[in-house]
Amino acid sequence: MNLPKNSNLWIGIFLVSAMFLFMLVSFFYLPYDMNEMKMDDRLAGPSREHLLGTDNFGRDILSRVMEGSQTAFTVGFFSVAIGITGGLIIGATAGYIGKWVDEILMRLMDALLAFPGIIIALVLVSIFKPNLTQTIIAIGIFFIPGFARIIRSGFLAYKKADFVIAARHLGAGHLRIIVYHILPNMMSPVIVAASLNFSAAILIEAALSYLGLGVQPPDPSWGRMLNESQSYIHKAPWYALAPGIFITLTVLGFNLLGDGIRDLMARKDYIDAI
Amino acid sequence: MNFVVRRMFTFFLTLIFVVFLSFCAFRIIPGNPALAILGTEATPAQLEALNKKLGADKPLIEQFGSWMINVLHFDFGESLRFSEPVLSLIISRSSVTFSLAIIALIITVVTAIPLGMLAAKSKGKTMDFLISIITQIGLSVPSFWSGILLILIFGFTLNWFSAGGYVPWSKSPFLALRSLFLPSLAIAIPQIAIVVRYLRTTIIEQLNEDYVRTAYSKGLKESTIYFKHVLKNALIPVVTVVGMNFGEILAGSLVIEQVFTLPGFGSLLVSAIGSRDYPLIQGMVLIIAFLVVLVNLIVDLTYRWLDPKMELK
Repeated sequence: MNLPKNSNLWIGIFLVSAMFLFMLVSFFYLPYDMNEMKMDDRLAGPSREHLLGTDNFGRDILSRVMEGSQTAFTVGFFSVAIGITGGLIIGATAGYIGKWVDEILMRLMDALLAFPGIIIALVLVSIFKPNLTQTIIAIGIFFIPGFARIIRSGFLAYKKADFVIAARHLGAGHLRIIVYHILPNMMSPVIVAASLNFSAAILIEAALSYLGLGVQPPDPSWGRMLNESQSYIHKAPWYALAPGIFITLTVLGFNLLGDGIRDLMARKDYIDAI
Repeated sequence: MNFVVRRMFTFFLTLIFVVFLSFCAFRIIPGNPALAILGTEATPAQLEALNKKLGADKPLIEQFGSWMINVLHFDFGESLRFSEPVLSLIISRSSVTFSLAIIALIITVVTAIPLGMLAAKSKGKTMDFLISIITQIGLSVPSFWSGILLILIFGFTLNWFSAGGYVPWSKSPFLALRSLFLPSLAIAIPQIAIVVRYLRTTIIEQLNEDYVRTAYSKGLKESTIYFKHVLKNALIPVVTVVGMNFGEILAGSLVIEQVFTLPGFGSLLVSAIGSRDYPLIQGMVLIIAFLVVLVNLIVDLTYRWLDPKMELK
């Protein structure tokens, strides 16, 4: 079989843009109000009126899944943003200063990595009341050590590079060296990690919301829909299918995108090396 | 030796930090922990009594000191809701969670090794492509959803396995396995995907080594080369991957226990969070993190022992 070059990247781009479009549409158009209950249509199967059927309150599942995509993308975007920001501050400090600062910060990151992601989230949720913001912060904190490691190792690799030393001798300040000379070299691993963490964020949010400890009503969430669907699994299996398929496709999209970009960069480095 | 000493040092440092974090988590509750537990309708006398019980009336430094000392004596406090020591509660729930983790690990190894070898052997061919699609999907499916689907297919429709609930091993090993197999499979699916991808890469790397060419030119059979030479070397990094994912397996079982209504760590922790049982939450977080740190240490040391060439980066 002849495989297209880097099919991961193209399928990833396709899935992510399709899901992004799906989310954008949900801002302007929903087939039904997502909270509109029709008691006569409870747990109705997929039909022309309700493409994905209805839930136990007679609410349109398609509309709820569409609304849920907004939550998934919000959580993914902001938690990755927190992870990159925190990781940049810690990783740059550790990598640029080095010595004992590096040692302390990195041991701290190791310790943070020892906690499984969902445990950190559960602790934060148990301290504060679970809601969308808490969920984002909890997942974001979990991402910080990973980004910090990537950025630190980049600094270690580049801070003694010829072009950095040249810039220093030309009189460039620390901030200028970091922002203009070192950071641009780290774009590709950070983008790859961002894409892979985006999908991890969606998975953790869904798991937390499934446990009832993530996004709370009235904010819609795919994870909570799955929780609600489980009680009706033998009567209305389609209810459990729709949110799960959307989670899987979105996560798959970001995973493939991340892998695809990594392959692309590997090839580019290879070509550059020649 | 140097490596072992350094690794142990990091291990103890991480442990102290873990103890500190679990302490902090409990103290940064906005306002007063007793107030958070009892609610605003509690009388001042009730609040004072609970504060005293939690030790929250003493200075922070003293609280941390006594938490440290208690932890060293394996005393993690007493659950507010169950009025039982945290440690004995956790031990009573551990058989479910550990069984899940171990069965998931066995499923992972048994499935991933043949699949990884198959993918590496058919590199670039249809089979490789198919396996890579399956692993990509395996990485993307939320484990609790695959759990729900497994219940739907094998629990309700085919009725091969129980759809939830737990039968203790002591009662009937067969029924226990029947109640634990589906949840373990749900936990194992993403792990299988990770190991297959990893194994494929390491096997392909090994196949390019000189010793493989030598083995071929000696006239050894392909199966001998694969099983006796390549797999042996390719498995070393896999040990690390599996070990490092122990935390993920444990976290996965926390969620999966809810799907299959199993009485393990997950249900204990979720109910502790629901009832704001802070001593129990604190103790559980500490013990789970301790287990993960300990397994990571063991894996690092095993890796070093399996492959003495490995230099610590």
